[in-house]
Amino acid sequence: MQIKLRNPKDVMKLSKLGCFHQSKLSFLRSFLKEFKNWNYNRDLFNLDENGYGHAVYSFNKNSRTYSLICFGNKIDDKERSDRVIATKWDAAFALYDGIPSKKDIERLALNVPKQEVGRLSYKELTLSRANKSLRVFNHVIESLSNGKQPDLEKLYKVGYLYRTTAVYGSGKFGLADRFRIKNREEIFGPFRLEMMLVYLVRQFTFDQVNHISKLKNPKKAVELDRKICRNLGIGNSTGLGMAPFIVNHPTLLNNWIEARENALASIRKIKNVKNEDFILFKSTLLKFKENLTLWNTESEFQRKKIQGLILDLKKIIHYLDIKDQLADNYLFNEIYIWSEGNLGDECIELIVSIMMEPYDEIVEPLILKMSSDEEKYFDIPCDRTVHELRNILESNYNEILRIDFKKKENNQNFWFISKNKEEPRLSNRHLETGSELEQPLAIARDIKKLYENISNQKNSMKIGKFLSENNELRHIVRRAFIIEKFPYSEIQDNTIGCKLMPIDMLRLKLSFFGAVKFDPRSDKWLRITMFQGAPLPDELESFNDQWIYNTIN
Amino acid sequence: MKSFSEIDTISKRASRALGYSWGISEEIGKNIRLLEMFGLNGIKNFNAYCSVFKKRKFQNIALIAKKNYSKTSPFCPITTGVNFLDQVTILEELTDLEFQNVGFPLLFLPFVSRASEIIGKKIFLKLDNREFLLNFNQSIFTNFLNNEIIDNSKIINIKFLTNKDSFTDNEWKNLLNLSHETFVDESEELKKSAAGAGLTDND
Repeated sequence: MQIKLRNPKDVMKLSKLGCFHQSKLSFLRSFLKEFKNWNYNRDLFNLDENGYGHAVYSFNKNSRTYSLICFGNKIDDKERSDRVIATKWDAAFALYDGIPSKKDIERLALNVPKQEVGRLSYKELTLSRANKSLRVFNHVIESLSNGKQPDLEKLYKVGYLYRTTAVYGSGKFGLADRFRIKNREEIFGPFRLEMMLVYLVRQFTFDQVNHISKLKNPKKAVELDRKICRNLGIGNSTGLGMAPFIVNHPTLLNNWIEARENALASIRKIKNVKNEDFILFKSTLLKFKENLTLWNTESEFQRKKIQGLILDLKKIIHYLDIKDQLADNYLFNEIYIWSEGNLGDECIELIVSIMMEPYDEIVEPLILKMSSDEEKYFDIPCDRTVHELRNILESNYNEILRIDFKKKENNQNFWFISKNKEEPRLSNRHLETGSELEQPLAIARDIKKLYENISNQKNSMKIGKFLSENNELRHIVRRAFIIEKFPYSEIQDNTIGCKLMPIDMLRLKLSFFGAVKFDPRSDKWLRITMFQGAPLPDELESFNDQWIYNTIN
Repeated sequence: MKSFSEIDTISKRASRALGYSWGISEEIGKNIRLLEMFGLNGIKNFNAYCSVFKKRKFQNIALIAKKNYSKTSPFCPITTGVNFLDQVTILEELTDLEFQNVGFPLLFLPFVSRASEIIGKKIFLKLDNREFLLNFNQSIFTNFLNNEIIDNSKIINIKFLTNKDSFTDNEWKNLLNLSHETFVDESEELKKSAAGAGLTDND
């Protein structure tokens, strides 16, 4: 049976991308699978009665060691901010390549808590910081030190003890460049070291509350129940900083989406779906539905989506109850086609994710294709012709070419880098100053500009010649030749229009990380949870691969 | 120490601040990173170029010819480099090129290095008395090992090298014979039994 990949013009719409859910392809899940046979250790734990000090955790196998160095810091409540403008955090972390010496820890103690204004070295791989969730942190300590487990309703409503507010890697602030480590098999999947950092931070948060509680009341204190720990993750607050990434890394974006699309197509092509595979799919869907009550948000935008999802889940479960009794060929294809005709994007994309659950043999080879050697596609093929370029634009961007950028609402916003924080921002060009320093993230507008320009050029003109007179369009010519090879490399939407929801861009990326419980706090930033339900580091050798759907109660 | 990623980003942004298009700024970012990776002073030379950019007049070049002379102001290394890169598939047919009076010529070098990869040929570049062998953008072999900023070059000669062996047939034969000593001489019996395929393929 022939199943085509879904059309990039549909998949790459921001409203669609903003409905993506985590899946077996997600980086935090593939990280756990990769590292399940590594030795985990808590090498050093040097915290005082308030949880301030430092600790070291590591994963090692054969001659390779990765060590997380954690620094617990004292800050005033009023200094605590999840925004990138903050300068102090409750804890700061660096993932070190190898076993850190005392000197390394001393050096890092001077730099890691300072984050962006500190300096790291090529021996450090990732950098992060996190703040306590004031809603639950003190409650947990209070309870544990009095010999009780915390109020689960209160705890699970939040879902974590700490929230990270940024995780940096790939050469930022002096960290190791990607090229130094890219050939290590264990980190072949994207963002694997960032995932490792977040995962080990999660363990630090449990150890820290246990430690503080114990010292507070040595006779009465109890440890946080392991089952409760498992049901807690790490929170994350993410703003616009993440949005340009998916525009600036087109081949990487393509490889993530293409892996997802290939997985879906392969599953739809299965003629005889085994009963146990169908049961796993359906039971996972039911577990997701059960946990949906824990997806809390005050965002009207997200609430509406969740309400729609609840209704759609009822519909699909009813449909599957009937389907259950049929022995159809190409069962998952039928379910997918039915979903497209009857459900909203939020539920369709959930179903795409859950369909992958029974199929390790399909998903795992795809995970290995989710990185990208971006340098390979940087050079522009200057011996191609304007005619070929025009064909690429017409066949890959035809909807974008219909946008009228002379209309104010289609050209409303501009992306810029804040001088204060060196972070991306979005603003209204008609109301604010600074649009002359716009970042090259208005791809749709620039594609249209390029198309209009080449319509006046000779078909036979070589791109090299065209560029010698039109180098202001060079960045967009490069992209056009990338999309020719990588059909999912481009967001098929206007990233500067008045209807833009930047959080759709964030959700796309975060879903590939494996984040859940998207909780938009505005149209520009959101909170999420990672690793909730995940096995603890000393349980990695054998764990249920569907842990992310485990029922939390 | 700055990471190469930081070098790329800062060079790209600085180029944009000078007024280069985003596309060219991207090229410059990659190039300065490349120079630094190859152990050449990309940042030093680029910084020197940036500091005189607005004061000093540079000549732009659109179509590159076999001989390129600028008697008044020096050629801009960036536009010369970009156009060299974009036109290299045509330029290689000229076998060798000459540029007279190029400003900050080290900034021109990475464009030529990348061009070497695009056309799949090594390129020999002579910058006054400094020599560079550009090996498919995988490495640069040079006699230029000091930290100096080169703010101008009188003459740059570029030669596209033909892909050919760097050794004699005899030298190759010697190694080939030596390598054969790792093989086993097959007896008649082994010829019949050790091969995986059938002895006749006519069935």
